[in-house]
Amino acid sequence: MRYFFITIFVFCLFVFYQGLKKNPRDIPSNLISQEIPEFYISSFNGPNLSHIDLKKDEIKIVNFFASWCPPCTVEHKQLQSLSKKVTTYGIAKKNKNKDLSKWLGKLGNPYKNIGMDYEGLVSIEWGVYALPETFLIDKNGIIKYKHVGPIMQRDLEKLENLIRKLR
Amino acid sequence: MKYIILFLNIFFVNANAIEPNEILENKKLENIAREIGKELRCLVCQNEDIQNSNADIAKDLRTLVRKKLSEGQSKNEIIKYIHSRYGDFVLFSPPLRIDTLGLWALPILFFFVLTFLFFRKR
Repeated sequence: MRYFFITIFVFCLFVFYQGLKKNPRDIPSNLISQEIPEFYISSFNGPNLSHIDLKKDEIKIVNFFASWCPPCTVEHKQLQSLSKKVTTYGIAKKNKNKDLSKWLGKLGNPYKNIGMDYEGLVSIEWGVYALPETFLIDKNGIIKYKHVGPIMQRDLEKLENLIRKLR
Repeated sequence: MKYIILFLNIFFVNANAIEPNEILENKKLENIAREIGKELRCLVCQNEDIQNSNADIAKDLRTLVRKKLSEGQSKNEIIKYIHSRYGDFVLFSPPLRIDTLGLWALPILFFFVLTFLFFRKR
């Protein structure tokens, strides 16, 4: 009986130790391997943006951001470099056109088209819970990967590899 | 007496983060919205429901719940929709599935094992 308890104790210790390695802020996306959700929103610098635009036969990234979000400013440089390799769409959450225009004027515009999610409902449709979040979408409009938080220099290689694999 | 009740309110009143402009005029729907709010976890807070959280995402979810209720959707439909977007993490009680069976079964199993060990004859 004593060995039975020792086994259970060691097993629990192992499970809890594995749990310590996990990041509690990492929430797996429910939309991976699924089609992009339906949405229609007005656009900042072009025609309206909808899920139909994102189903076009090309690999693309969709970046949820806002000019009022400091980590979005941090990732902007990396996004500029990614946009040279893959079509980049933006969805600005609760952003005023005036503020966005000023922000893009200062930092540059890596986006092919920017959807304006004034109420934050499109972000919920995509399961976004914090800004910035970036989705990688394949040629068939299927979500392949989600990056939560700013894309840093060290994340670029991983993202570029994923894009290469999808080609 | 008045002051005692006011003082006790500080400790016992059911505080929540709902802002006046969020509240629905239809009391029945508002009550359902609050029930839903207590079942959904705020995604960026530490174990807080969306009813009691001031986070931006919690406010957005409260607004969405009320919008969908006003459109005639039921409590289950709304919870199912939000679950489909954010996964199990958004629910306070995880659904009973094969991969979550351990969560539900282990406490019961432990209860029986410990009861057995406690009462067995030495």
